[in-house]
Amino acid sequence: MYFHSVTLDKDRCKGCTNCIKRCPTEAIRVRDGKAKIIKEKCIDCGECVRVCPYHAKVVVTDDIGMMENYKYKIALPAPSLYGQFKDMTIGDILASLQSCGFDEVFEVAYAADIVSYITRDVVKTKDYKRPIISSACPAIVRLIQQRFPSLMDNILNIMPPVEVAGKIARDEAKKKTGLKDEEIGVFFVSPCAAKVTSVKNPIGIEKSYIDGVFSMRDVYSMILDKRKFTEKKIEHISSMIGVGWANAGGESYGTSLENCLFVDGIQNVIGVLEDIELGKLDDIDFFEGLACVGGCVGGPLTVANNFVARNRIIKLKEKLNKDASIKKYIEVDFHEFMLNVKLKKSDVLNLDEDIDKAIDMMKSIDEIYKSLPGLDCGSCGSPGCRALAEDIVKGFASEYDCIFKLKDRIKILAEEINKLSIKIPPVIGSDKEVKP
Amino acid sequence: MKPYTMDFDVKARDFSSAGESSSKFRKTLLMLSIPSDIVRRASIAAYEAEMNIVIHSYGGKMHFEIYKDKIVIVAEDTGPGIKDLELAMKEGYSTAPKEVIEMGFGAGMGLPNMKRNADTMEIVNHDESGTKIVMTINF
Ligand SMILES: Nc1ncnc2c1ncn2[C@@H]1O[C@H](COP(=O)(O)OP(=O)(O)O)[C@@H](O)[C@H]1O
Ligand code: SF4
Ligand code: SF4
Ligand SMILES: [Mg+2]
Repeated sequence: MYFHSVTLDKDRCKGCTNCIKRCPTEAIRVRDGKAKIIKEKCIDCGECVRVCPYHAKVVVTDDIGMMENYKYKIALPAPSLYGQFKDMTIGDILASLQSCGFDEVFEVAYAADIVSYITRDVVKTKDYKRPIISSACPAIVRLIQQRFPSLMDNILNIMPPVEVAGKIARDEAKKKTGLKDEEIGVFFVSPCAAKVTSVKNPIGIEKSYIDGVFSMRDVYSMILDKRKFTEKKIEHISSMIGVGWANAGGESYGTSLENCLFVDGIQNVIGVLEDIELGKLDDIDFFEGLACVGGCVGGPLTVANNFVARNRIIKLKEKLNKDASIKKYIEVDFHEFMLNVKLKKSDVLNLDEDIDKAIDMMKSIDEIYKSLPGLDCGSCGSPGCRALAEDIVKGFASEYDCIFKLKDRIKILAEEINKLSIKIPPVIGSDKEVKP
Repeated sequence: MKPYTMDFDVKARDFSSAGESSSKFRKTLLMLSIPSDIVRRASIAAYEAEMNIVIHSYGGKMHFEIYKDKIVIVAEDTGPGIKDLELAMKEGYSTAPKEVIEMGFGAGMGLPNMKRNADTMEIVNHDESGTKIVMTINF
């Protein structure tokens, strides 16, 4: 039911507890010496992938070999791909990518141009609660479903660029080749773990238009290999707006709205979402929250340093057109690019759906918490003392998982044993006089 | 059934931890399966009351009671009280000092927002000995 792209490589995990404290949704525990991800809580933001010193957190993507199952193969490069290479133009990158075995390359940056256009239109016509919240980063959308359900109505209901790209590329390929849907393979070249997950478990749409998601890391080296042999460039059609989506703030810029706020890094986003819920940011029109520092150029599957990549994107943009020619797609009814499945609130934080039962559990959590040392050391395998108390009440952990509690208990037992060891059972003989 | 209660001390002018008790209260509401719109309204009411203690009072405390069908929020401080209550309830009225306004507070919307988001709001006391406000939200 829950597929996650972020998984554990058991052999590499040392159980060091580094990741459990850095997980923004407290979705990781160390049990039996290995990290365990609580599937219902994980939003695939990729934080643990970045912090694990032993590289034991891996992002599962599709095998490039799966391409062979399709007659016509389309690559969808994320805009952040353009920032990965030192001295390659967008045209060079696209041509080398295509020669990795694809029949066609369709830029997600171009779809981002379309999404920006539609955004400018719908914010004029439809009444959204302010601030309108971007739907582009799936980790943030899942965070909102979990921790800020009252803000779900603020989320912009346009499909993210990768799905718009998938839909257009697939429809056009069908027309052009006469092939059937299942004979056409659409593959996203992704910087992002959360997007691998949202292809398998779509957010806001019935079914993804993407057949497979390839890691940008895997494709990166293939592109470098092909580069020498690729001569012809591919004319790229995305504008500075679409390419700009690679960096945090790119989507905001594309909305043309006056008061936009963009925030990157998941902890920062959580803080701002709290302020939005408190009504402190009602004067903002558009909020773009991105889980990764720098935006998608900082995605866990990228290769280049995110600051370097960010600068490259800024440089590339300078040479691009201000607008993409996207008329033919938006003349058709763009409603097919809108989200059409209502977002559901996640109840993973609820202790029990019955409020009275939940209150009882909360009181027990408080009792246990009071008895814990309050050091939040993580040695118990839970992210802090409060989380351990919660795990105990839920039945997933024991009081003696706390090493201090265990030590105290052992001390009491040792004293007891000591006392008992002095006592000599009557059947063991001694020279003492027997009194009646 | 006895409510789940939470109590916090709130320090005057301590902006580094201002809002913490409302934030913990909010997280608790989510864990207790309180409907999301109620969570939002209760968080706003609590936050504004807490900030008023931080900004305008000599210090005080926040007390929360969570029942199956209602929430009670009590904000109580040790003075100086609200001099002109009628004026204080008006949108945009604020006596916040300049340096606090520069920090982005003191828009004069706190008390009106509390009234709007709570189902009942009673100002139990507002003389020099301190301000005590009790709000309830039913669901
Ligand atoms: N706890 C309090 N103690 C003293 N004065 C208060 C208190 N709460 C509110 N006030 C007064 O009421 C005014 C209006 O409060 P409020 O509507 O929250 O606006 P703001 O806090 O932005 O000034 C404040 O400026 C202050 O003069
Ligand atoms: S950071 Fe987490 S996944 Fe990595 S070794 Fe430590 S416990 Fe295991
Ligand atoms: S910022 Fe971009 S790369 Fe990172 S999780 Fe969000 S969508 Fe994925
Ligand atoms: Mg106020």
